[in-house]
Amino acid sequence: MSCLEAPRSAALSAVGNTPLIELPRMSPNPDVRIFAKLEEQNPTGSMKDRVALSMVEAAEATGELEPGRRILEPTSGNTGIALAMIGTVKGYPVTAVMPESATPERVELLRMYGAEIVFSPGNMGSNGAVAMARSMAERDPSVFMPFQYANEANPAAHYCGTAVEILDQVPDGQVDAFVAGLGTGGTLMGCSRRLREANPDVVIVAAEPLQGDPVMGLRSLEDGYTPPILDIAQLDRKVLVSNGESVSTLRKLLSLEGVFAGVSAGAALAVARRVAADMEGGNVVVVFADGGSKYLSAGIYTKPADQLEREMEERVWW
Amino acid sequence: MSTIRMPPILRQAVGGAREVDASGGTVREVLDDLTGRFPAIRTHLFDDGGDLNRFVNVYVNNEDVRLANGLETAVGPDSTVIVLPAMAGGSRR
Repeated sequence: MSCLEAPRSAALSAVGNTPLIELPRMSPNPDVRIFAKLEEQNPTGSMKDRVALSMVEAAEATGELEPGRRILEPTSGNTGIALAMIGTVKGYPVTAVMPESATPERVELLRMYGAEIVFSPGNMGSNGAVAMARSMAERDPSVFMPFQYANEANPAAHYCGTAVEILDQVPDGQVDAFVAGLGTGGTLMGCSRRLREANPDVVIVAAEPLQGDPVMGLRSLEDGYTPPILDIAQLDRKVLVSNGESVSTLRKLLSLEGVFAGVSAGAALAVARRVAADMEGGNVVVVFADGGSKYLSAGIYTKPADQLEREMEERVWW
Repeated sequence: MSTIRMPPILRQAVGGAREVDASGGTVREVLDDLTGRFPAIRTHLFDDGGDLNRFVNVYVNNEDVRLANGLETAVGPDSTVIVLPAMAGGSRR
């Protein structure tokens, strides 16, 4: 996996180098320290700034992406927002294809950065956005689709950036377990490769969303999809987390540690706590892919838990 | 008896139920019990070689069995087995 060194200006120079903080009150085991990588500190507020910039720079390096060419990408929101920001700086128009059930904050942020939005059916979840974007790209070859699900520049962003920073930030460079949310698989694949180079015994764990029935609108199981960049043989465990558990963990995180994080961070932390409970000792690193601000309108931090859990079934959260 | 939670697209094949009870000490035995009673599901869950279909994920107590012992993963009497389609992206093409 190669690492590009491209000159970066304006907001792009602030991508990466996010803080790693310890969460002493969230560890269920006195012999295990849990550390969180706060990806909200990227310019558009999510880890996807790294991925989007890596994909754009890789396509520029090969000549595939020329000035003025439109970028088209299926997204649950954060990748589209990151591409739109990068498009603003570098001069690429951006079209984001995303489920119509996305939170209003994501829609507003995309519009703020000047992106065009095409909505896919909410009941088809992320699959619907991918299918629609692929169809649009086939009909219009003038657009460039980075396609984060199959683009090696996605895991490369984490191999060359996120994981290197973690090894530099965690005490003694010792990572015994690593937990991240599973979407495209980019974070888990890129980080696992680099972290295993430093410690072959590191345990790599994926936190996977248990989607609500209303967003599982597949016509058949064969419409399901495994991202080409995801090799689950590189994982040691893959754990389902319900929306309810994600949110209850987020609320605990806010009240005990003062950290305001997004839904996938809650799921990843819930899994990190389970992993930590079973360990004899060591360091667990968990990635918080974004912050809580894009979810305020959904009442993640304010609505009664049972009402919220029912409402969350209607949407794709990460 | 363990409980199998079915995804929406397979519920019609089990009479509309969201959850179905099944017996067996491993994932293979539990799914064999299920497909014995609802044969139409078998081709959805398994490929021609008898392995889990690539686009089906099966979990025991929320852990993906592919990263445990696959179809031989132990299922306890109070375990919940969840069958889900792979949902990370879009259509298979």
